[in-house]
Amino acid sequence: MTNNLLTVAYIGASALFILSLGGLSNQETARQGNIFGIIGMAIAFIATALSSQVTGYGLLATVILPGAIVGAILAARVAMTSMPELVAILHSFVGLAAVLVGFANYLSPDPELVGVEATIHEIEIFVGIFIGAITFTGSVIAFGKLRGIIGSKPLILPARHLLNIAMLVLSVWLGVKFMEGATFWENIQIPQNYVAILTQEGLQPLLIMTAIAFVLGVHLVAAIGGADMPVVISMLNSYSGWAAAAAGFMLSNDLLIITGALVGSSGAILSYIMCKAMNRSFISVILGGFGEGTGTPSSGAKPAGEATATNVEEVAELLLDAKSVIIVPGYGMAAAQAQHPVSEITKFLRERKKNVRFGIHPVAGRMPGHMNVLLAEANVPYDIVLEMEEINEDFSETDVVLVIGANDTVNPSALEDPTSQIAGMPVLEVWNAANVVVMKRSLASGYAGVDNPLFYKENTQMLFGDAKQNVAAILSKLVESAQPMITTEKVLVS
Amino acid sequence: MTIAVAKEIQTGQEPKMEPKKAKKIGIPKEIYPDERRVAATPDTVKKLQKLGFEVLIESGAGEAANFQNHAYSEAGCGIVADTETLWANADILLKVRAPQMHPTLGKHEAELLKSNHTLISFIWPSQNPELLDKLAATNASVLAMDAVPRISRAQKLDALSSMANIAGYRAVIEAANNFGRFFTGQITAAGKVLPAKVMVIGAGVAGLAAIGAARSLGAIVRAFDTRPVVKEQVESLGAEFLELNFQEDGSGQGGYAKVMSKKFIAAEIALFAQQAKEVDIIITTALIPGKRAPLLITEEMVSSMKEGSVVVDLAAEQGGNCAVTKPNEIYRYKGVTIIGLTDLPSRMATQASQLYGSNLCHLLTEMGGSENYKIDLEDEVIRGALVLHEGKITWPPPQLSQPAPQPVASSQPKVHTPKEESATTKSKANTGLLWILLAGSALFALGVGAPSSFLSHFTVFVLACFVGWQVIWNVSPALHTPLMSVTNAISGIIIIGGMLQISGAPTSPTTILGAIAVLVGTINISGGFLVTQRMLKMFQK
Repeated sequence: MTNNLLTVAYIGASALFILSLGGLSNQETARQGNIFGIIGMAIAFIATALSSQVTGYGLLATVILPGAIVGAILAARVAMTSMPELVAILHSFVGLAAVLVGFANYLSPDPELVGVEATIHEIEIFVGIFIGAITFTGSVIAFGKLRGIIGSKPLILPARHLLNIAMLVLSVWLGVKFMEGATFWENIQIPQNYVAILTQEGLQPLLIMTAIAFVLGVHLVAAIGGADMPVVISMLNSYSGWAAAAAGFMLSNDLLIITGALVGSSGAILSYIMCKAMNRSFISVILGGFGEGTGTPSSGAKPAGEATATNVEEVAELLLDAKSVIIVPGYGMAAAQAQHPVSEITKFLRERKKNVRFGIHPVAGRMPGHMNVLLAEANVPYDIVLEMEEINEDFSETDVVLVIGANDTVNPSALEDPTSQIAGMPVLEVWNAANVVVMKRSLASGYAGVDNPLFYKENTQMLFGDAKQNVAAILSKLVESAQPMITTEKVLVS
Repeated sequence: MTIAVAKEIQTGQEPKMEPKKAKKIGIPKEIYPDERRVAATPDTVKKLQKLGFEVLIESGAGEAANFQNHAYSEAGCGIVADTETLWANADILLKVRAPQMHPTLGKHEAELLKSNHTLISFIWPSQNPELLDKLAATNASVLAMDAVPRISRAQKLDALSSMANIAGYRAVIEAANNFGRFFTGQITAAGKVLPAKVMVIGAGVAGLAAIGAARSLGAIVRAFDTRPVVKEQVESLGAEFLELNFQEDGSGQGGYAKVMSKKFIAAEIALFAQQAKEVDIIITTALIPGKRAPLLITEEMVSSMKEGSVVVDLAAEQGGNCAVTKPNEIYRYKGVTIIGLTDLPSRMATQASQLYGSNLCHLLTEMGGSENYKIDLEDEVIRGALVLHEGKITWPPPQLSQPAPQPVASSQPKVHTPKEESATTKSKANTGLLWILLAGSALFALGVGAPSSFLSHFTVFVLACFVGWQVIWNVSPALHTPLMSVTNAISGIIIIGGMLQISGAPTSPTTILGAIAVLVGTINISGGFLVTQRMLKMFQK
C-alpha cells in the first residue's frame, strides 16, 4: 500500500471517529456512532497492517488475537455496576501502551532527524512517556479504589502539594539531562547484551523520569476521594487521549494525533462538566482532598429537628396515593445493586398511570452517566430519565420523591447555607416536593462531611436499611396491594 | 392504605383478649332535626375495636345513613336501646352535632354526660358559650372536632375538611338538580348544546371539591379566591383562575382567608358583577373564621343573572355570601334558584359518616387507643381540640407557634451580592486576557523555532482539539458513560504506533515493547467497542 493510500485511509478513519463521537449526541444515533467507530478502527488497522512499514505479520497476529479475545471477554463479563472499574483499567492500558511505544520509539531512532527536529522529537518522546506513565498508574489506583481493593478515602500526605511540585521539577530536570544525552552510571553489573542499551544516551534519565511519573500518578489519584471519582475518571480519559496524541507526534502520524486530540478534549469537557456540577474548580479536585478544611464538618449550627423514620408499608402507601413520583438515585443504589427492583417499581407505578420519572445529578455515581447506564440496564426507558436541569422545576408539583442512596446531591444547604462547604453546588431540589422518602443506611453525613438538613425537614421521612432490601420490600407490598385494591375501594375513602 | 384496612377487617373479627378493661365508646343517635349522619359506621367500628375499644351504639343510630343495626352487631358492636343507659355506660361519647335538648327525654344531652367521661363532637365553642358552660358543670372532658388545629400533622383528623369536601361536591349536585340544562357541551343531531358556565368563589376544600365536581360534569369552571397561592390548585383541576389586576394577599392563619381592604373588595365586587351576567351557576364558599360570611353576591347581581340560573350559597349558615339567601331553603328569586341548604354533608350521610368516623378513629389513635388512652395537654393537636378538661374550660387554646409563613425565602440565598459578582467577572476577564497573550506568544515562539514538519502536525492537532470540543458538547449527559468507553476504545488507536515498530528483529527491545503495546492496546479496542455496544443496546424507550 502506498503512502498516499495510507494517508487517505487515515483521513477516512479520522472522519469516522468524529462521526462516531457525534453519534453519541442522542440515544437513537448512538449505536450507529459506535459502529462508525468500529469501522474507522478497522480501516486504520488494515491500512497500517498493509503499509510497507509493517512486515512482522506473524508477531502481529500472535499479539492481536489474544488481545482481542481478552478484551471481548472483559466486555461481556463486566457487570454494569462495575463499569467505572472497567473504564479505569482500560485507561491504564492506553497509558501503558503509550509508555511502551515511547520507549520502543526511542530505542530505534530515526537517523534522518537532525538538529531542531531531533530535539522536538525527543521532547515528544519524553512528554508522551510522562503522560502515559501518569495515566497508567493513576488508572490502576482509580481501578483499585473503585474495586474497593484500596480504600476510597483520600490519602493525604503531609506537604503533598510540595511533593507533587518536587516530582514535577525533578522530571523537568531529568528532561533536560535526557536531551543532553546524559548517562549517570557507566558500569552496571548486568548481562553484556543489555549494557549497550542501558548505557545508551539519555535512557537512564528517561527511565528515572518514568519511575517518578509512575509515583506521581499514584499519588495524584490516591489523594482524591471516592465521590470525586467522576472527575478522576474523566481526567484520566483525557490524559489517555493526550498520551495517544503525543505518540502521534513522535511517530509523525496524523491519525494518532487527531484521535488523541478528540479523546483528550472529550475527557477534558467531561471533567469540566463534572467539576461544574460540584461547583469546584478542576484544580482543587486534582489537588485532592475536599476543599481546604479537609473533612471537618461545617461550623454552622447543626440542623435542628428530628428525622422522621418510616417503614416499608407507609412508603408503599405513599406511592400508591401519589400521582407523580420522582426517583433520585445515587451511588448507594449502585452499591446495593438496587436498580432492578427500582425498575420494577417504576413499571408497576407507570402501569397505574402514575407519572414516574428519574432525576439524575451529573455527579451521581462514580463516573459520568453512571446512573443512566444502570437504569438502562434495568430496562428503565431513557425518556423518563431526566437531567437535573430538566427536572428541578418539577419537584414542587411532585407528590413523592424517593431518594435512593444519594446525599450530597440533594443537600439543601448547598443553596441555603452560604457557609457550607458545598455552598453553590447545584443540587436536586427534592425538598420542594410534597413528600420525600430518603433511603439510607443511617443519618451519617455524606462524602463531603456536610450534615444534610434535608433529613430533618418536615416533609422528609427516612427509610433506613439496605437499599436493595427496602426497595424489594416496597415492590412486594405494592404487588400485594394490587389485588385488594379493587375490592376494598369502598373502604378506602379517607 | 388498602392493605392495612383489609387486614384490619380480618383480625378485627377475632375476639380480643384485653388484659386491661377496655374503654367503652358510645355512639348515640343524632337528635338534631333531619341530621342523618352518625359518628361511627360498621367500618370505623372495626377500626375502633382494633385500637382496643369496646363500642356501644344506640339502636337505630345509623339508620338514616343506611347502616342498619345488624350491620353494627355483625361488626361486633353492642346495641343499646336506651339512650340514657348508653350515655351512662360509655367512657367516651362520639357524636356529630353539638349536644342539645333531647326531644323525647326532655333532658339536655349535656346533663346525660357523666363526670370524668369524654365527649367528642362538633361543638363550635366560640358560637356556643352557654353550651360550654353547661358542659363544664358536668366535670367531663370535651374535644371539639371543629377546633382541631389546621396543621399538616392533623390533616387526617380534620373533620371540617372532610365535611367541606362533601359539601362542595353536593353543592354542584344540588345546582345540577335545579338547573334546566346539561353541564357539558354537546353537538347532537338535534343541534348544539352549549356547556354551562360555573363560577366558584372561594377555593378552599369545599371550593376545590366543587370545582372538581363541576369540571367532571363537563362545565366551564371559573374560580376566584383572595389567596393567590391557590391559583395553581385551581388550574390543576382544569378551572380558570379569575384574577383582579390588584395586588393583595389574602392568606390568613390556618389556611383561611382574612378580611381584605376596601379597595380590594370594590374590585372584587366589580368582577363578580361582570361574571354574574355571564355564568349560569354561582357557588360561593367564602368564610372568614369567627366572623359573619362576607357578602359577595348582591341583590343586583342576582337579578342580572340569566333566567334559570342557580346560586348555591355554602355560607348560608354563617349569614350567607349572597344577599338574598334564605338558610335551609331552596327558592326562586326573580327566576334564579337560590340554594341555601346548610345540611349538605347530612344529605350524603353514608359518605359523611364514613369520613367523619375515620377522622374520629385517627383522633383516638392520636390519643393512644384504649390501652394508652390519655388526654395529652402537650400534644398541640389534642390541646387545640380540647375545649373542656375535667370540668375546666380550656377554650380558647394558647396561641400556637405559627410555622414560619410559606417558602419565598428559599430563593434568597442564591442571590450573590453584585459587588462579588463584578469582582469575579473582572478577574475572569483578566485571566482570559492573560491566556490569550500566553497562547499568542507560545504560537509565535513555535513559528520562529519549530520545523515545518512539526507545524503541519501541530495544525492537525489544534484543529482536532477544536473539532473534539465542538462534537463532545453535543453529547447527551445520559450517554457520558458510553462516551467514555468509546473514546477509550478509540484511544486504543495507539496500537498503530506499536504496529509500526514490530517489524524489526524479533528479539530487539523495540519489537518486544511494540508487541506488548499492541497487545494491551488491542484489549482496549475490542473491550471498549464491545462494552459500548452492550450498553447502548440497553438504552431503550
